[in-house]
Amino acid sequence: MKLIFEKSKPGRLGFQQPVSDVPVKATLPQKYVRQKEAALPEMSELDVVRHFTQLSQRNFSVDANFYPLGSCTMKYNPKFTEKVAALAGFAELHPLLPQLRSGEKYVQGALEVLYETEQWLCEITGMKAFTMQPLAGAHGELTGVMLIAAYHKAKGNKKKFIIIPDSSHGTNPASAAVAGYDIVSVPSNKEGGMDIVKLKAVLTDECAGLMITSPDTHGVFNSHITEIAELVHAVDGIMYYDGANLNATMGRCRPGDVGFDVVHLNLHKTFATPHGGGGPGAGPVGVGAKLENFLPISRVSKCVDGFFALKYDYQDSIGYIASFYGAFGVILKAYAYMLLLGKDGLKATSDHAVLNANYLMSRLKGVYRVAFDRICMHDCVFSADRQAERGVHAIDIAKFLIDRKIHPPTVYFPLTVKEAIMIEPTETESKETMDVFVEAMLEADALSQKDPEQFHSFPKTMPISRPDETKAAREMKVNFFAQNE
Amino acid sequence: MEIIEHYLYTKEHEWINIEENVGTVGITEYAQSSLGDITFADLPSVDKEVEQFEQLLSVESVKAASDIYAPISGRIIEVNDELTEDPGLINKHSYDKGWIVKIEISDMDETSNLLTGDEYRSYLETLERDDHQETEE
Amino acid sequence: MLATIGVKSVDDLFVDIKPQHAPKSFDLPVGLSEYEVMRKLTRLALKNSNELIPFIGGGYYDHYVPVACQALISRGEFYTAYTPYQPECAQGTLQALFEFQSSICALTDMDVANASVYEGGTALYEAMMMAIRITGRKKIVMDSGVSPIYRKLIKSYTHNLSFEFVETDVLHGQTDRVAIAKLLDKKTAAVILQNPNFFGTIDDHADIVEKAHAVGALVIESVYPIALGLLKTPGAMGVDIVTGEGQSLGLSLSFGGPYLGFMATRKKFIRQMPGRIVGETVDAQGRRCFVNTLQAREQHIRREKATSNICTNVALCATQAAIFMSLLGKSGLKTMAQLNLDKAEFARQEFSKIKGVEVKRSSPTFNEFTLALSKDANDVIEAMIKHGFAAGFPLGRYYKGMEKYLLVAVTEKRTKEEIMAYAKALAEVLK
Repeated sequence: MKLIFEKSKPGRLGFQQPVSDVPVKATLPQKYVRQKEAALPEMSELDVVRHFTQLSQRNFSVDANFYPLGSCTMKYNPKFTEKVAALAGFAELHPLLPQLRSGEKYVQGALEVLYETEQWLCEITGMKAFTMQPLAGAHGELTGVMLIAAYHKAKGNKKKFIIIPDSSHGTNPASAAVAGYDIVSVPSNKEGGMDIVKLKAVLTDECAGLMITSPDTHGVFNSHITEIAELVHAVDGIMYYDGANLNATMGRCRPGDVGFDVVHLNLHKTFATPHGGGGPGAGPVGVGAKLENFLPISRVSKCVDGFFALKYDYQDSIGYIASFYGAFGVILKAYAYMLLLGKDGLKATSDHAVLNANYLMSRLKGVYRVAFDRICMHDCVFSADRQAERGVHAIDIAKFLIDRKIHPPTVYFPLTVKEAIMIEPTETESKETMDVFVEAMLEADALSQKDPEQFHSFPKTMPISRPDETKAAREMKVNFFAQNE
Repeated sequence: MEIIEHYLYTKEHEWINIEENVGTVGITEYAQSSLGDITFADLPSVDKEVEQFEQLLSVESVKAASDIYAPISGRIIEVNDELTEDPGLINKHSYDKGWIVKIEISDMDETSNLLTGDEYRSYLETLERDDHQETEE
Repeated sequence: MLATIGVKSVDDLFVDIKPQHAPKSFDLPVGLSEYEVMRKLTRLALKNSNELIPFIGGGYYDHYVPVACQALISRGEFYTAYTPYQPECAQGTLQALFEFQSSICALTDMDVANASVYEGGTALYEAMMMAIRITGRKKIVMDSGVSPIYRKLIKSYTHNLSFEFVETDVLHGQTDRVAIAKLLDKKTAAVILQNPNFFGTIDDHADIVEKAHAVGALVIESVYPIALGLLKTPGAMGVDIVTGEGQSLGLSLSFGGPYLGFMATRKKFIRQMPGRIVGETVDAQGRRCFVNTLQAREQHIRREKATSNICTNVALCATQAAIFMSLLGKSGLKTMAQLNLDKAEFARQEFSKIKGVEVKRSSPTFNEFTLALSKDANDVIEAMIKHGFAAGFPLGRYYKGMEKYLLVAVTEKRTKEEIMAYAKALAEVLK
């Protein structure tokens, strides 16, 4: 498909600006003025609409396709939350308004949303307070590790490293490193959980904390979690809960009750806000009493008369981690989702997510080697090593599924499993949809026995197939204009 | 897997070809094939002093980034500029045109820490055995 | 399904969660119907005020968003997709992001751009970290004309790291060249500037770039994309890294987010730029297509050695900005910038006639300017609210000694009538 710049025709206009109603035509001194107009496209509105509509049709999406991308929780995003976020009272609200004197009066509805969402998240996780500011999961991780650093600094602790299991998301070590810590990696045991013996071996007084995803990326809930927390706390380490997979345990276990001191949640996963092709997300961070004083500012507080105010007066705060109060539009959608589901709905969500994942695991495990043969939580991890011996790798199976109009599961992650295929159906999928997926997976296996060569031509039904990523990385064509000068 | 007998090797899959007091360094056939198509070599600057087994540079492929270590201590006297334009030389000609740096060796005794061609071949065999066992589990 | 799994009940699936792990409390309200939630939230929305006519900016502006922009972004194919891990079924997102990157490059006159970061503030922080990596130096010189919101954020992030920060004062509304020249040395990683700066003043930083480059330091400039419809580009000034807040490119104000951070730089620095980058390539049959590229810099491959911890970005907001820039186009953006300039200039002239107002302006401004008032700005703002105006931002909140200064923004949406009514109200308030 042509790029929009290649469709551009001089003089066309997609949007008519109003005629100026002021009797002034200002000019700037030449030295401040750009010499050449920016080469943006010149298109009619219809041409722009058609271009982007056609582009959208080149995407798979939850709205159109089963999307069992492991660890990403691609559940259905209720339509009405889009309308909520578009309400003028929220969408047109200027973020600096509450920073004017008596300005808070004019943003009471928005502050109430932030405050109430915080209350819900506290009750769901068992934490004492939340900051809604972090703008994504990784941003939440960075905030969390900054809180850990502030805690140790305040206590005069000399801490050097953070312990992270080898099954973690790459963002965990990257976030801890950005915040100034060294990383110590601990391998998983055969059941997929953290190896406690190996943890003990590296746990010294210099450990600032442990970052762990629960349930982890292997789809395993670690039954020894309270024991791990005791070990870490014994060296005054902080227990960090990566909430990427909270979707599995709502109403069944709260991180705050099993020893975690700080958590981040991914609203775009557990709380059904849309993923947007890769953001915007939101990654609020919750803390127990130990870390509360260090939370970023501002914080929303509720006065006795029910008035909501922004408070900045926290001396130990780590400061500002976002320009304002978080990805408000995203938080709003998550709040609407929680209101809709309520207590029972949230618990049912986790129950169904786990049921669906176990159903898929049971249906596929004779054919694909299951990485950890036990009951799983929200996702199940397989290895395509049997198929790989026939010359059909995880990526080939992924490409096969695309032709069936199914978005492939996550492949080659977690890094701990060879030829990994990580499947997370989420609670919003029906048995019928999952059965179609299972049939496709079984056919892929059958074909790998019969005619493995065929896989290299998949996908066949898409506008493109098997892009040359090496060429992309070597040539680095990332700007239309640079290559067309 | 091709191995050049008179080169010396490391367990991290670098090779070094020593002529007088200068060692030409690259990565082995095994290393390049496990990395896949190399898209970028972050070449160090000339005159930099390096220690044996210290990180020398990193190379990137589409799906991986990998550190390459100095097989020997010394001063870098030349880098293979052709890799800037064509990093794929490391894949195509790992033992000759795909060389990465030349090091003026400061301590020839360090060669005793390196593997001979034969030793490296046996080392690769142990790796392949381990690899096989893992998939059997 | 339970039979297939081989368990009797859903509870059996949770055997790993032992009784000692059970929640101590899970006391939440019962669920509501969609209608009830809509009603509740519509009421909350109404508790926010929309009657105040906004003359407030500070880096976040009330611009008109063409309806087509929102309509396109509301397509489920865009907003319910995820990160393009499988390029064959994500060419829509990938091409839109490639077009976004290209448009940002066109706007800023830079070689390469990434597919976005969270927002303008974190973009500036990432740019600073990039400069530190590139130069191997740790001293940062920052013009205090850079948004105080961004400066606070950067300081919070780097609190535990051993960087040296020096801030220079603003001189006659512009960057203080002499002060910066004195601070530049071989330890300086970067000079951080903003154009237009927080006071709304525009500048040409080419001379500073030249001096910084002479000592091997980089120059980072935070920009306002709408202003670039008219203003000299950072690329033309020789700036090394450009960042900005993309909210004004078709995103609603939405009480502070989600917003859009953009970053552009020179080709030689591309590997040090964080965030996703979309690149062009061909597929197995030679057809042009797009993929996430240079991923070996990123956390999912490098883990603790990555250039940043950023995972995904704000792809939907970037797509929205790409649509906005396509709708406005080459001349539309310029017309929009000119409208902003004209209306602000008109307002400035009108307000300067008011007794008790002095317009602080020794250098040209774009769509925002500073008024020196005869009274405390907070008092004036409070009184102006009663007249129905969000009159501007009190500079005293961030700058000592500027308690009587008001920062006023006038976008293309403000009408002549609104500007005149503001002038009338302000005259009354200052009486």
